[in-house]
Parts: sequence; structure tokens; C-alpha cells
Amino acid sequence: MPVDGGAMTDPVAGDPLVAVEGLAKAFDVSAPWLDRTLGGEGRRLLRAVADVSFTIGRGETFALVGESGSGKSTIARLVVGLIEADRGTVTIDGVAIGRVSMGRASRALKTLRRRMQMIFQDPFASLNPRMRVDAIVGEPMRAFGLARGRRRRERVAALLTAVGLDPLDGRRFPHEFSGGQRQRISIARALASEPLFLVCDEPTSALDVSVQAQILNLLKDLQAERGLTFLFISHNLAVVQHMADRVGVLYLGRLVEVAPVETVFVAPLHPYTRMLLDAVPDLSMSSRDRLRATGEIANPIDPPPGCAFHPRCPLADTRCRTEPPHLLAAGSGFVACHAVAEGRAAL
Amino acid sequence: MSELPAVAPRGRLADSDLLAAFLRSRVAMLAALATLLIFAAAAFAPLIAPHDPYDLASLSLLDSLTPPAWRAGGTTTYLLGTDDQGRDLLSALLYGTRISLAVGFASVTFAAVLGISLGLVAGYVGGVVDAVIMRIADVQLTFPAILIALLIDGTVRGLLPGLTREESAFGVLVLSIGLSFWVQYARTVRGSTLVEASKEYVLAARLIGLSPVTIMARHILPNVLGPVLVIAAINLALAIITEATLSFLGVGMPPTQPSLGMLIRVGQDYLFSGEWWIIVFPGAMLAILVLSVNLLGDFLRDALNPKLR
Repeated sequence: MPVDGGAMTDPVAGDPLVAVEGLAKAFDVSAPWLDRTLGGEGRRLLRAVADVSFTIGRGETFALVGESGSGKSTIARLVVGLIEADRGTVTIDGVAIGRVSMGRASRALKTLRRRMQMIFQDPFASLNPRMRVDAIVGEPMRAFGLARGRRRRERVAALLTAVGLDPLDGRRFPHEFSGGQRQRISIARALASEPLFLVCDEPTSALDVSVQAQILNLLKDLQAERGLTFLFISHNLAVVQHMADRVGVLYLGRLVEVAPVETVFVAPLHPYTRMLLDAVPDLSMSSRDRLRATGEIANPIDPPPGCAFHPRCPLADTRCRTEPPHLLAAGSGFVACHAVAEGRAAL
Repeated sequence: MSELPAVAPRGRLADSDLLAAFLRSRVAMLAALATLLIFAAAAFAPLIAPHDPYDLASLSLLDSLTPPAWRAGGTTTYLLGTDDQGRDLLSALLYGTRISLAVGFASVTFAAVLGISLGLVAGYVGGVVDAVIMRIADVQLTFPAILIALLIDGTVRGLLPGLTREESAFGVLVLSIGLSFWVQYARTVRGSTLVEASKEYVLAARLIGLSPVTIMARHILPNVLGPVLVIAAINLALAIITEATLSFLGVGMPPTQPSLGMLIRVGQDYLFSGEWWIIVFPGAMLAILVLSVNLLGDFLRDALNPKLR
């Protein structure tokens, strides 16, 4: 396996739409002040995301995969500015974003907000149950002052048609729709402000398998029509294989492998990626030796020293237990693993 | 489309469920009938009352303490008899109910607006703001309505010495009853707000840059109002009783504008001298009004709670 020692460089040709640099976020999960003082405990921090960098090219779909607790959703919320990062920057279309909800936003940021939207995981919680569908879909237009009156109604109807609903559905309430239909409404709302960049936080994990495919195909069609850029978050590897151009594998808030989707699914390098793939039930692989998924994801409040994956890794040695690895170019992607860098990871 | 058929619509159906439950419950229908009758009598008091109890010039002390019409010495001019001032008790009763209901509605509205606003802010903003508001609420609970009424009455009197009791009484009552009831709304709304604010539709609203006030008013408020309406219905009865208590104790309405509590207070002096009608009619009115409003509130609470069905 060819390995060169260079640090991670931008793999995307041309200028990327989204650039994430050294992103880190820790949540304070300490006991209340009084309990802490009386009990003599210190503060406890949960490191959800530690030093994550990646770029997404225009029109590209970048997928983040990982187990529960690996920091996928936190990254999604950091990228759109719903929560504030402790360290690191997110730059979209050349504009650095800060926290969206509170405080005064600069003009550039306001335009930027129009250009990025999010599709949420739970279609039963992501639509206000007291608002009619046309009010839900029209709200971003109202908030950004894009269209009013008749023009807004026409555009809402066009959006509903574009996501495969009837324009007359606009007069109905969210509870009158199924999960898949609600997710279509959610997509229509996300498209209402004409975004360039969509963050999809597990958009199909709450849906039936048959409906999942419809929603994924709808997203792909819309991407082709409108030239959208996706950050696609999922724990479902089959979905990622279907959707993504490039994949980032997260473990305990760190990227352990970033590579084009073909490479990740055909010739994964990082032992964790191999373990994830081998855990996918697949009839054609039945005779192959599998890397058995062992152990649980470690506690992010008290992560293991060195490489966070070493307690579960069959290739771990002394260096892995003491020295944290960095993302290094390997093959057609980037891997953070001492074993791969030293050539110990024979396939 | 091969997607699953839509689940049964909840919002619209809840209304007809409520109606069906109402038509099944004889208690609720009776209570509603009584409440409606009393509300109508109070609303149209100036039209149906045979006399104007506020017109002091029309009163004659010669008519005082006349028994009800069906007793010896009673006349049909005063169907339910008169009080110690010679006031027609039926008219006083109608006007008194009107005042009691007005105080009740106004103070419940005041308490609800105050409590809902503070609860929304506490739940949505959180942190220090939440802690301060909720600790004030805790302290508020330790003051009974009567103490607050005395405090506000005294303060208002000190600040505006020219004000007569007739002018200030209504405001003082509404303010003090409202202030002693807001905590319940604030706590309920804060709890529901915490749940709603973490839902993804609120995140979607934040994402398009809506201000916190807009998000609270347009997105969260409509979703936390359900339980509040039940509290308001039950609180209305409580507010009417509190008003009666305060008036009975002399911090409420003045004798020239008697509410139900004030009438009961007057009647109490004559209870043992045989003029029972002055206390019994207002007392019965208060009891029926509070009972029916309470029963309606209970019905609403049970009917809107699917776990109790």
C-alpha cells in the first residue's frame, strides 16, 4: 500500500463550497455547581467533536458515517451554526459562520443563511403541528423577504409539486401526512430559500425502507436539478454508498478515514472502517473472513489515550496506545492510523 | 404514491371528540347550562334587574330588611327581599354576580398573560434568566392572595391619595388575585416550552434567522396553550372564590358596589336576627357558580387527557 507522509491537503479540485477547519466542541456535563462543590468533583466535559477538518466541493455529496455517539449530528449543527464551536472555523462560500440564533448577524451572514438549510431526522418533530403546510414551506420566504402574497403562494405550490406532493396539500396540517410525505414537506421547506448547501441529518433513518429509497432518489434528483451541495449524515452504510461522492468515517468525534466512496466500500484502510463494513450483513461476503465488531464505542467523557480506537483494534500496539494518529494521505484518501502508516495493516 | 396512508388527523378530531365526550356527560351538560344561565344573567343584569342597586337615591330605609315575596310581609316589588339599606336583593345579586365574574375573568386573564410570558421566556432562554424567574415564582407561592391584596391596596392608596375605594377596588382585586395565580401558568408553560424548544421545528425556525420573540410567539406558544386553557378554566372558579373572600374580609369591593362576597358579608350580620335571605341567596349563587365552573374545568381536564379516557 503506497503511503506518503504528507499532512492532509485539499483533495477537491477548484475552490470548495464548504471548508471546515479544526472544528472542536465539548459539552459541559458537570453536576450542578452546588453538588460539585460539596462533592469535591471537578468539571466533566464531553468531547463530542475533536479537531475535525474537511472540505466539500460544489455539487458534491460528502457523507459522514459513524456509530451513535461519534459526533455526527453535533458536526451537522456546528456546520449550520445552530451551536457554537469551541475551536475551529466553518467557511461557506468564503464567509465564516458564527452562531445563528442569537446576536446580530452581519449582512453577509444573513445572505449566507439563505444559502444553507437543513433536513432533520425526525419528520414528526421537524414540522410545527399547529401550522398549515403552506405556512411551513412559505416561512423561509417570509423570513428572508423573498416573496409575498400571490407570488409566495405560487412558489410554495411549485415547491410542493417539485417534492412530489399536491399543491392542494398546502391547506392541510402536518398530522394528516405519513412520515415520508412529511419528509417531503421538510425538503420543500429547506428548498424555499433557494439554498446552495443542504445538511441532511439522517434524513431517512426514521422512515420505512421502501419510503427511504423514494426520499433518497428525490434528494438526488433535486441535487442534479439545482446543483445542490450535500453534507449527508447517516449511520446506514447502504444509504451512504447510494448517495455519497466522498465519505468521512467518524470515531469518537475524530475523522479516522476520508476517501472517495468507491475506495471506502471496496478497499477500506482504517481498521474501524473495515469493521463497520464487515458488520453489514451481505450474502456475497458470507465466505470471507470478517473483522468481527467487538466492544462498544468508548466513553467520550473519558476517551482512551493515544488512538481512541485502540481498545477495539486488532492491530493496536504500544505506539497506538500512547500517540494519537493524524490524518495522512494514503491511497486515494486520508487515514488516521499508525498501522496503515507503518504498513502493518495487511489486507 | 406508495407511501403509508396518512394517520388519523388529530387536531380536528379532538374537537369532535370533545363534543362527543360532552354529550355523553350529563354532569358536564348540567354544569354548562348553569354556567351559561349565570353568565347571561350577569351580562344582561342592567336589562333584567328590576331595580338599580347603585342608584342610592332610589333606596328607602323604610323598605329595608323586607323578607322575600312568598314570606309574610314580603312584596312582589322585592322578589327576594331587601338588605339593610333597602336594596332589592335580586338586583343586587345580579349586579354582584356581574362584578364577581368581571373580577374573575380579568384576574385570570392577567395571571395567564403574565405567567405564560414569563414561563415562555424562562423555558426558552434558560440559564440565569430561568433561574431568576423560577425562584421569584417560588417566593411568590409563599404569599397568600390576602396578603398581596392588603399590600397592593395600601401601596395604591399611598401612591394615589385622591383615589376612592370605589375607583381603586376593581384594579386592586385583579392585580392581587392575578399576582397570586401566575406561578401555576409559568411553571406549566416553562415545562412544555423546554420540551418544544428542543424539537426540530424550532431548530428549523432558528436556522432561518427568526428572532427569539418570533419563535416563542409563533412556534412555541400555540403548542403549549392546551394545558393552560384547562388551568384557566379551573382558576376562574378559584378567582371568584378568592374575590369573595377578599370582599368578605373587607379588602375587596366597597359596600356601594357589592359583589357576591360583599353581600355575604352584609348578610352575615343579620343571620342570627332572622333575616336569613340576605346571606342565603348570594351564598347559594356563589356556590352554584363556583361548582358549575369547577365541574366544567374538571370535565375539560379529563376530556383533553387521553390517559384518563
